[in-house]
Amino acid sequence: MLELTATQIRDEKIYRSLGLTDAEYDQVIAKLGRLPNYVEAGIFGVLWSEHCSYKSSKAHLRKFPTTGPQVLQGPGENAGVVDIGDGLAVAFKMESHNHPSAVEPFQGAATGVGGILRDIFTMGARPIAFLNSLRFGPLDDARTRYLFEQVVAGIGGYGNCVGIPTVAGEVQFSPTYHGNPLVNAMCVGLLQSDQIVTGTATGVGNPVFVVGARTGRDGIHGATFASAEDPHEKERSAVQVGDPFLGKLLMEACLELIASGAVVGIQDMGAAGLTSSSAEMASRAGGGIEMVLDDVPVRETEMTPYEMMLSESQERMLVVLERGREEVAFEIFRRYGLEVANVGRVTDDGRLRLLFKGEVVADMPVAALVDEAPVYEREAAPWSPVVAHSIPTDLAIAEAWMKLLAHPSVADKRWVYRQYDTSVRASTVLGPGHDAALVKVPGVDKAVAMATDGNSRYVYLNPRRGGQIAVAEAVRNLATVGAKPLAITNCLNFGNPEKPEIMRQLSDAIEGMAQACEALGTPVVSGNVSLYNETRGVDIQPTPVVGAIGVLDGIGHRVPSAPKVAGEHTSLWLLGREDESLDGTLYGELVCDGPAGDAPYLNLDEEARLHQLLQQLSSQSLLEAAHDVSEGGIAVTLAEICIGSGRGTELSLPADVHAHGWLFSEAQGRVIVAVQAANEQAVQRLAAAAFVPAKRIGVLEGAEIRVRQSGKTLATMSLQALTAAYEEAIPSFFNTLQPTATITKQSSGQ
Amino acid sequence: MKWAVIVFPGSNCDRDAAAAIRDVTGDQADLVWHDQSDLSRYDAIVLPGGFSYGDYLRSGAIARFSPAVEAVKREAERGKLVLGICNGFQVLTESHLLPGALLRNDNLQFRCEMTELVVANNQSPFTSGYQLGERIRVPIAHGEGRYVADGDLVSALESSNRVAFTYPHNPNGSLHDIAGILNDKGNVLGLMPHPERAVTEWMDSLDGRRMFLSMHRYMKEAGGLVGANGNANS
Repeated sequence: MLELTATQIRDEKIYRSLGLTDAEYDQVIAKLGRLPNYVEAGIFGVLWSEHCSYKSSKAHLRKFPTTGPQVLQGPGENAGVVDIGDGLAVAFKMESHNHPSAVEPFQGAATGVGGILRDIFTMGARPIAFLNSLRFGPLDDARTRYLFEQVVAGIGGYGNCVGIPTVAGEVQFSPTYHGNPLVNAMCVGLLQSDQIVTGTATGVGNPVFVVGARTGRDGIHGATFASAEDPHEKERSAVQVGDPFLGKLLMEACLELIASGAVVGIQDMGAAGLTSSSAEMASRAGGGIEMVLDDVPVRETEMTPYEMMLSESQERMLVVLERGREEVAFEIFRRYGLEVANVGRVTDDGRLRLLFKGEVVADMPVAALVDEAPVYEREAAPWSPVVAHSIPTDLAIAEAWMKLLAHPSVADKRWVYRQYDTSVRASTVLGPGHDAALVKVPGVDKAVAMATDGNSRYVYLNPRRGGQIAVAEAVRNLATVGAKPLAITNCLNFGNPEKPEIMRQLSDAIEGMAQACEALGTPVVSGNVSLYNETRGVDIQPTPVVGAIGVLDGIGHRVPSAPKVAGEHTSLWLLGREDESLDGTLYGELVCDGPAGDAPYLNLDEEARLHQLLQQLSSQSLLEAAHDVSEGGIAVTLAEICIGSGRGTELSLPADVHAHGWLFSEAQGRVIVAVQAANEQAVQRLAAAAFVPAKRIGVLEGAEIRVRQSGKTLATMSLQALTAAYEEAIPSFFNTLQPTATITKQSSGQ
Repeated sequence: MKWAVIVFPGSNCDRDAAAAIRDVTGDQADLVWHDQSDLSRYDAIVLPGGFSYGDYLRSGAIARFSPAVEAVKREAERGKLVLGICNGFQVLTESHLLPGALLRNDNLQFRCEMTELVVANNQSPFTSGYQLGERIRVPIAHGEGRYVADGDLVSALESSNRVAFTYPHNPNGSLHDIAGILNDKGNVLGLMPHPERAVTEWMDSLDGRRMFLSMHRYMKEAGGLVGANGNANS
């Protein structure tokens, strides 16, 4: 095959189609001291893409706190690692797969799951759980329903097959994601704290192996595709196809190989495949790698060096072994029926050198490819607040309450998570439907707590406070189930960074997140940035998603989101302030047809005290249930507790508060807890000592939720109607066979 | 007692099953790779859940050709207890150790949830610890669990007391709400739900324990009869 010559690339500006700007191309020439050939230009193109180089976000990401006594591995590796005591550690990371999922939702989501899985076992960790954070447009659109159904099926298709439970996550629906859905997948793994493996190619002369699947022509230029403005214009061939069976075998083989002690370094071939894995491993070691591409196992004939280097075929790893121990790898991979090929060796000349058919086809300094990739301090516009709306309060309380419960972002997600295997590995202590998931650690009385969260409405209205809230909510979820928060990972999903107003959002949101991480003692140990989330020039609302990790000592201390059996005298308490503001609420979005006001109230000191209190209450087994106040305010939190426990309640609002505000405010730092009569005093005492307001707001009894104020009944809703609205909202958009009981419940309300 | 849990490439509930067996019965449970062709040293064999060989063709369709399944057939013939869970049930029907077939759920979706089962036979080595007609709670997690067989076969299964468990709320469209069936000798049970995921308080059900305990007790009582001299005891 004839490839374009170096001069053609320059004269015909071919480098532009490889993802390099004119200025970047000039930099490449300066670093090489000559014109790059086609292979080299392609490699620079992907490694300097936004997706691989973080060139627009890098300067801002440095603001995140990344250290702490619990942090064993911070950002920069395949995943972050935190200590959970008893000689054990947890590796975790979240990653976006937004652009592929917009084009080919099943495979886009499936390969997102497969990719993050490999990042985790690469650290030497046995994966124990998946989480995912999904965003779609409104479900009344047929294309959106297709995307949603296929993304969910793709996540299940991969996760269920590899035998790792999907235990938590969230799904939200907003017009801002129409045409640009978000698919963020997180994986959590468990390892011995002294046995972390890294992606480092050290030891001159050590052999370099490609293991797993053969290399094909799929996914070529996936990384540059992910950084492109409008994926709809792009080819589907840039999307990879996943094979979870192979992924499972690869995981088992790699974990066995790592346990043998023969591995020097190992890295997933994710975005930009062989290119990024080899360059990054060499970069971390400060050395070089030389590869003979004739030895790469391929699944198609006549593959060129360019295609091999840029292929994103899934289920492949790059492994550096200790010289002389190659036989260990051959034995293990042969047993699993997987490819293993010695494709090169570690060098000390700091160069990535590729040979093919006896010729050097690329020879580039590793530092230029990775460490010296461009960093842009893009211009950020001054912040201008979104035009303030006054939020009408003329919608009847019962009607608003029902509408909120039936909003797909709030409504029951069982339709989603029952398609995921949530209990394989037989370790799920709390699965989906609780504030956070708890996964049992084998051999000790401990569970890893995990949750994801992120509300773009808040960030859109106030990027800094919205960023703070994203962290606060995710971390609060951990404390709500009783766990001690340890650290976070994140996916920063934003629009086009070349627009100054988007850079303002990114910069402010990161600062807010960093402040919350400091205040709550949860450093950032891994993460991912996804920019250019826009459709035909319209950017998504800024959506930082936070994945938080904690540990619960003593699984008997876990706190579910609703009491399993509501006893005779189970009362409901609001921990945290009473608030009447409708700023940033889902209620506001419903009545104003879009985000309205400022982001809700948040005070990070109050938040931190609440988290401490929740851990104390759980460790003394004083709570029957706890559920945080988030979208839809106290109204939704209360309804979810009532639906979960099968009991109603009666609220008496203070005479001097505005009812809509009190019920629907999304002020942060609040949790509703269910307490048995015998424990009420202890709860009050501990709350007072922690300076957290605690107010008894009702008792779990009856079959209705009734709201009263100054002797008047403001709303009465039957638990049955609330449950129906909550449970049927999402299934009602689909024609899948429902149990007959559910169908008949849908009364004709015309 | 010694249990073998067969591991096919793609099995993913093998460790869970072995852990449950050890925890509940205190017995030895070995993970046995699919290339093993001799299982005679084991008293009971479990075919675990998962996606054997990826299940890209049809669930269990490739696994039936593995050396381990040949060995399972021999041991079943000799009267040893064979328990197939989820994908293991699919392997048992594909290899004709159990009649009928398991097709895609009628809702066309994978379903994972806690499910109620009715104990339809408590006379088998697997179910003696349950009350007849008792409702137990055991989770399901499958995309292809809809049991089908022709009408005569289903009648025969029911009249010969070979339906071990039924669903009171059918989650997948199985004929006659069938969740698990026995072979004619009663020493092979296949079921879609996962008893190994219902063995501790925090799993939200303990009802799976009695299946492993029933098997353990049966093997102990059968003593030398099962395994050593190969006599069936059904």
